[in-house]
Amino acid sequence: MKTGDTSIRVRDLTKRFGTFTAVDRICFDVKEGEIFGFLGANGAGKTTAMRILCGLSKPTSGEGTVAGCDIADAEQIKRRIGYMSQKFSLYENLKVWENIRLFAGIYGISAKETARRTDEMLERIGFAHGKNALVKSLPLGWKQKLAFSTAIFHHPKIVFLDEPTGGVDPVTRRQFWELICEASERGVTVFVTTHYMDEAEYCHRVSIMVDGRIEALDTPQNLRAKYQANSMDEVFRQLAGKAKRMENCKK
Amino acid sequence: MVVAEHINKWYRTTQVLNDVCFETAKGEIFGLIGPDGAGKTTLFRVLTTLIKADSGRATIGGLDAETDYREIRTRIGYMPGRFSLYPDLTVRENLEFFATIFGATVRENYTLIEGIYRSLAPFENRPAGKLSGGMKQKLALSCVLIHKPSVLFLDEPATGVDPVSRKELWSMLRQLKEQGITIIVSTPYMDEALLCDRIALMQHGKLLSAATPAQVIAAYPRKLYAAEAPNNYRLLNELRANPQVASAYAFGDCVHVAFIAQSDTSIPNLREIPPGIEDCFIELTTGKGAWNDHRKNDGK
Repeated sequence: MKTGDTSIRVRDLTKRFGTFTAVDRICFDVKEGEIFGFLGANGAGKTTAMRILCGLSKPTSGEGTVAGCDIADAEQIKRRIGYMSQKFSLYENLKVWENIRLFAGIYGISAKETARRTDEMLERIGFAHGKNALVKSLPLGWKQKLAFSTAIFHHPKIVFLDEPTGGVDPVTRRQFWELICEASERGVTVFVTTHYMDEAEYCHRVSIMVDGRIEALDTPQNLRAKYQANSMDEVFRQLAGKAKRMENCKK
Repeated sequence: MVVAEHINKWYRTTQVLNDVCFETAKGEIFGLIGPDGAGKTTLFRVLTTLIKADSGRATIGGLDAETDYREIRTRIGYMPGRFSLYPDLTVRENLEFFATIFGATVRENYTLIEGIYRSLAPFENRPAGKLSGGMKQKLALSCVLIHKPSVLFLDEPATGVDPVSRKELWSMLRQLKEQGITIIVSTPYMDEALLCDRIALMQHGKLLSAATPAQVIAAYPRKLYAAEAPNNYRLLNELRANPQVASAYAFGDCVHVAFIAQSDTSIPNLREIPPGIEDCFIELTTGKGAWNDHRKNDGK
């Protein structure tokens, strides 16, 4: 991890839907190359906050910069970031290389460069033999690795991962996290939400959101010490247990 | 209660179930633990009479899955990984619908679901499609219980659910167990494996022998160590390159490492640790440290 510039900077970011405050004056900084875990129970406001940072939604108030761009400048942000959702946006009826070409094309990467990077990327993740496979025929673990690699194919400064590892076994999850660590080593900032607290331990720092606010933000080690817990799971349950907001008020 | 004898199932040239045998007792929580593609869902579909095995025999409470499927279907509840609720129907209407199919009423079996349904009751008139993930899951579980099944099949019921809701789900399962319901549950998550009475590991369509979580942990074959460094990712790569290392993988804020023969004492901050269920899973599914390659030949 490079500990250089600030990659994401957010001050008093707030989002209201009518009378409901989904995100309530949150403040934090994420450093370049950092793996930042963004945790919270279902309905705590994670997805809403993440959508603002990705330029998909406008805040009601507050300010911030993402990859050097003002959060109001959604179009510039979108060019500089990668995004992988829990349903990973790969096209099931396209082949592996066709999916990559599609996403590369959207970001304006030349055909020649795309071909070069495709081979290099598949080689790196050990999937050169799968280049011509239809995405729908792949096991879930490969889809995840491919979706992540595609999300960083255009060399974004930051990649946002929204619950990327649901439903896979421990070995596959570890392989996935190794890809994340590798990207971080190369200086890519990783902003990740997850429900699995053992994964939170792999993050450099984590924040825990409760009822729209950030209740805690520190390294996993410091959080465990502060809450006298043996695991992040215990930390999370102590904090999320304070939630007053009903899970249901969400939508 | 549920007996599987030598079940085989092929999809074209791929064998998805390979001589699967196991038996569960009444009121037992039996966990099927395995990676994506191991055959867990196919096994569920055979046991719930939705597909036929190519060979072998499955019985539920003494009834044959192939010949007595009508009777079996009234006695089991099955919640698939992608469960189906009717999004346009309200919470209450969904529940009534599932009860009616089985000729039951919500009132006669309400006590069974009360613990789960209580938190949903204030939202009875809300369309199911407008519930959050955790609430949908509770409703789906209520719907598969409303005809009072004696066996419950749950295919990855906690995937995508936050830790607090997951904990709630498992305490609900224990309540159901107390009422004598047999529960067969699949999960890819190791912390949930510990909550089962017995677990069976599945891989490539094969079921390893069923054992209690404590027995599985006791069978771990090697000494396991934890190592730490300021940059664990680099440490991991160094360990993998070390010829004395049998396996190394990230584990929380440290790296777990096992050695082929002697431990390499030159590695800083090395300490022996007791293996957990997750270490056992990794060892069992990947063999002698070859875990990086175990999926490449998946055949899928």
